[in-house]
Amino acid sequence: MDYITTMGLEVHTELSTKTKIFCNCSTEFGGEPNTHVCEVCSGMPGTLPVLNRQVVEYAIRVGIATNCEITQYNKFDRKNYFYPDLPKAYQVSQLYLPICRNGHIDIEVNGKKKAIRIHEIHMEEDAGKLIHDPWDDCTLVDYNRCGVPLLEIVSEPDFETGEEVIAYLTKLKAILQYTGVSDCKMEQGSLRADVNLSVRPVTTDELGTRTEMKNINSFKAIARAIEGERKRQIEVIEEGGRVVQETRRWDDNKGASFAMRSKENAQDYRYFPEPDLVPIEISDEWIARVKSEMPELPDAKKARYLADYGLPEYDVDIITGSKYLVEIFEQALAACNEPKEVSNWIMGEVLRLATETSTDVEDISFDFANLGKLILLVKKNVVNRPTAKEVFEKMFRENVEPEQYIKENGLEMVQDDNLVREVVVKVLADNPKSIAEWKEGNEKVTRFLMGQCMKQLKGKADPGTVNAVIAEELAKL
Amino acid sequence: MDWMNMSALEVGKKIKAKEIGVEEVTKAALDRIAEKDKDVNAFITVCADEAMAQAKKVQKGIDEGTLTSPLAGVPMAVKDNMCTKGILTTCASKILTGFKPFYSSTAVNRLEEAGAVILGKLNMDEFAMGSTSETSFYGPVVNPWGSQRSPGGSSGGSAAAVAAGEAFYTLGSDTGGSIRQPASFCGVTGLKPTYGSVSRYGLIAYASSLDQIGPLGKNVEDVAEVLSIISGHDPKDSTSVPSGAIQTQLTGDIKGKRIGIPKEYFGDGLQADVKERVLAAAKKLEEMGAIVEEFSMPETDYAIPAYYIIACAEASSNLSRFDGVKYGYAAPEYKDLTDLYYKSRSQGFGMEVKRRIMIGAFVLSSGYYDAYYKKALQVKAVIKQSFDRAFETFDCILSPTAPTTALKLGESLSDPLKMYLGDIYTVSVNLAGLPSLVVPCGFDKEGLPVGLQLTGKAFTESQLLNIGYAFQQATDYHLHLPETKKEA
Repeated sequence: MDYITTMGLEVHTELSTKTKIFCNCSTEFGGEPNTHVCEVCSGMPGTLPVLNRQVVEYAIRVGIATNCEITQYNKFDRKNYFYPDLPKAYQVSQLYLPICRNGHIDIEVNGKKKAIRIHEIHMEEDAGKLIHDPWDDCTLVDYNRCGVPLLEIVSEPDFETGEEVIAYLTKLKAILQYTGVSDCKMEQGSLRADVNLSVRPVTTDELGTRTEMKNINSFKAIARAIEGERKRQIEVIEEGGRVVQETRRWDDNKGASFAMRSKENAQDYRYFPEPDLVPIEISDEWIARVKSEMPELPDAKKARYLADYGLPEYDVDIITGSKYLVEIFEQALAACNEPKEVSNWIMGEVLRLATETSTDVEDISFDFANLGKLILLVKKNVVNRPTAKEVFEKMFRENVEPEQYIKENGLEMVQDDNLVREVVVKVLADNPKSIAEWKEGNEKVTRFLMGQCMKQLKGKADPGTVNAVIAEELAKL
Repeated sequence: MDWMNMSALEVGKKIKAKEIGVEEVTKAALDRIAEKDKDVNAFITVCADEAMAQAKKVQKGIDEGTLTSPLAGVPMAVKDNMCTKGILTTCASKILTGFKPFYSSTAVNRLEEAGAVILGKLNMDEFAMGSTSETSFYGPVVNPWGSQRSPGGSSGGSAAAVAAGEAFYTLGSDTGGSIRQPASFCGVTGLKPTYGSVSRYGLIAYASSLDQIGPLGKNVEDVAEVLSIISGHDPKDSTSVPSGAIQTQLTGDIKGKRIGIPKEYFGDGLQADVKERVLAAAKKLEEMGAIVEEFSMPETDYAIPAYYIIACAEASSNLSRFDGVKYGYAAPEYKDLTDLYYKSRSQGFGMEVKRRIMIGAFVLSSGYYDAYYKKALQVKAVIKQSFDRAFETFDCILSPTAPTTALKLGESLSDPLKMYLGDIYTVSVNLAGLPSLVVPCGFDKEGLPVGLQLTGKAFTESQLLNIGYAFQQATDYHLHLPETKKEA
């Protein structure tokens, strides 16, 4: 029997505001435990929240970028539950009037376009972090993350394959980065996804019972979790069992999911309007301003790169898929106006070195304009391509300035044709055996001779010129 | 002469004139507390050392001319649900055992900046839940007007301390009548300001959408002066209104003021001599030039259920943070996390608090939300509309504060419903977020004080206080003290 998988996604993203959603504490990641904490975010008695308006602004940005309607009369609600990472015993969130509704994100998988509908986006506060101390066998609480602003982006159940999910997440991540609202570092928890998944036989239209897998924190793990859970549910059904509606935890190391809690034990969150915050009214002017300040978004950028620069679609997808690669592209382009060259360098050397040095693209930190300068130096025959690659590696690792580095290390190409000819003549004279072979029709030796010449020229000559001179000199023999 | 029987402004004036020193008057207040509070139990914490140190500092500020408020140097006390930096803050609950906040409430901060000397923290119903000040973990407050009487609640300590001359003025909080009903029972003046006019920052919440801090004192002038210090926008409280402090011009001229009497407030269940005193007060105001008319406010019947649903719902959420983990009382023995929560809360909260948490959790639970909470919010809107309508005609609404005078201690603990019904004249004001002033207007046949409630449109404190002031200029009920009465 064939099965259809149906999935919906709930994505939590931490916003990159300087301060928390309801107090002035820093949102910076990685501080000593409980150092970015005050009486408000630690929920001490009598304290009150004051909304950081930047959070609303960011939510509007994401709403516009995902084609949502913006709710102009907004309220916050309390979600009540007991847990040590939640010091007030309620999370301030939005249930009844979320800030964005009815949007969509367009994705493309294997050349097929599809719109994934966004059900809603709401604003809420993050909880703290529990850390188990194995030495003392106790659990410690770090409230630094408490009150960091979150957007929860809830999709409709529009996904049928893991590829669609990954395409959506890639696109969403790019949107969040482009709009400057989040750095989306999954390993730091600033982008987390919950997957709701159900399967049903192709013979029926009725959706199966779904399970929810929580907080999976890499794209690869999500792909594995989807495949694993899909198989598990199909097995349950094939064995005549019933899928139970429950929350499951995906253990990526074990490659399996485990039940956390079933619907029967589901909590009643006793939502009600947060009385400590006043409603937020978003004016037409506010929305218009955010719209007018909106940066170019991934789809528009891709279209422009394809139309204006004539780059291959594959390359454009990779580059526009990351705000950070776009930054490299645009800064380098501004310095050289050679889009194809810049794209080739990014797809080649930049990504190769990033992989080689295990650097995340967002952490690549050389002066991007220098890549443009280097491209011009190649174009003007100041350096040849192989040397330029060596120079680039230095730029990537140590942020050297290419022109100066080439000069200081004497890497300029030999422009003197007489010198080239001198070297070629000498190499031919020194390798009579090769000449003999050439005369017998072995064309391959020219490559050996070429190598010898370049070696003598310390790699700094234009290979085309050297080749031409070798051919001329051989012809004279 | 006994300074403690003076009003706050009179003492402030004597301090300014250097007739009394701040330390001297603080010492006198502390002596008075030592003498009286054995019987009254108005204080949970007396901070004698801190008060004397503050008195010294304030005297210096007054001498140097940096503290110019008419209340600078006047000793006062604060209801124990307002956070005071470094001073035990309990909400009269076992669950806040040992809790010393590292921040102060905005109202307290503003008073301290104006030179207030805080004598201590005042007893109350646990978490402000109650109308008798008997649900306190620290024992009941006793009404200075009669040893067998409750001072009312929940700000019973705040009202009793003023009546007993233990503090010149106090801060209370009012969620459903918690300033006004004790003011009425103890024969003092109390104001529940408009919701949002005094910052709630640092007030440990009972019902966030209804709670409001306000002053209690011996007369309207004192209360108006305190209001001018504590009111005004606070950036730390999103629900505080963006306007300045409320300054009141007390002229005593009430000619032409239209005063409405809702006839539903004078029906069954109202003690006869309370009715008589309140109507006599209306007559008095009429004699002074006000226009007094009866009108109908039938929506009153729905106020009590709506109030208890909203207040309990919010309380169930607000009080969830008290779990024994970070501060306050923790059960000494427990199996696991859930057991720690369960035992700390079971042992830490009193009966009435538990009852309200359970009611609140129930009305918010899935499947019941629409039937209770949502409906209560609709009733709240209807009540607000009915006040709006009344204020199209009237400047102020005159009514009794409570159906009775001070209840006997222990009388209502066994019958919570009866206690809830005692809030009938006060809760609507909180649901509508209005200002409401209570001034003494006489005594019942047993000599217990009766309070007159004057309710106005939002942000008309100034007008209300002026009517109250006019009444006090023409009467002397507010000058009676439990002691002088006994002597007479």
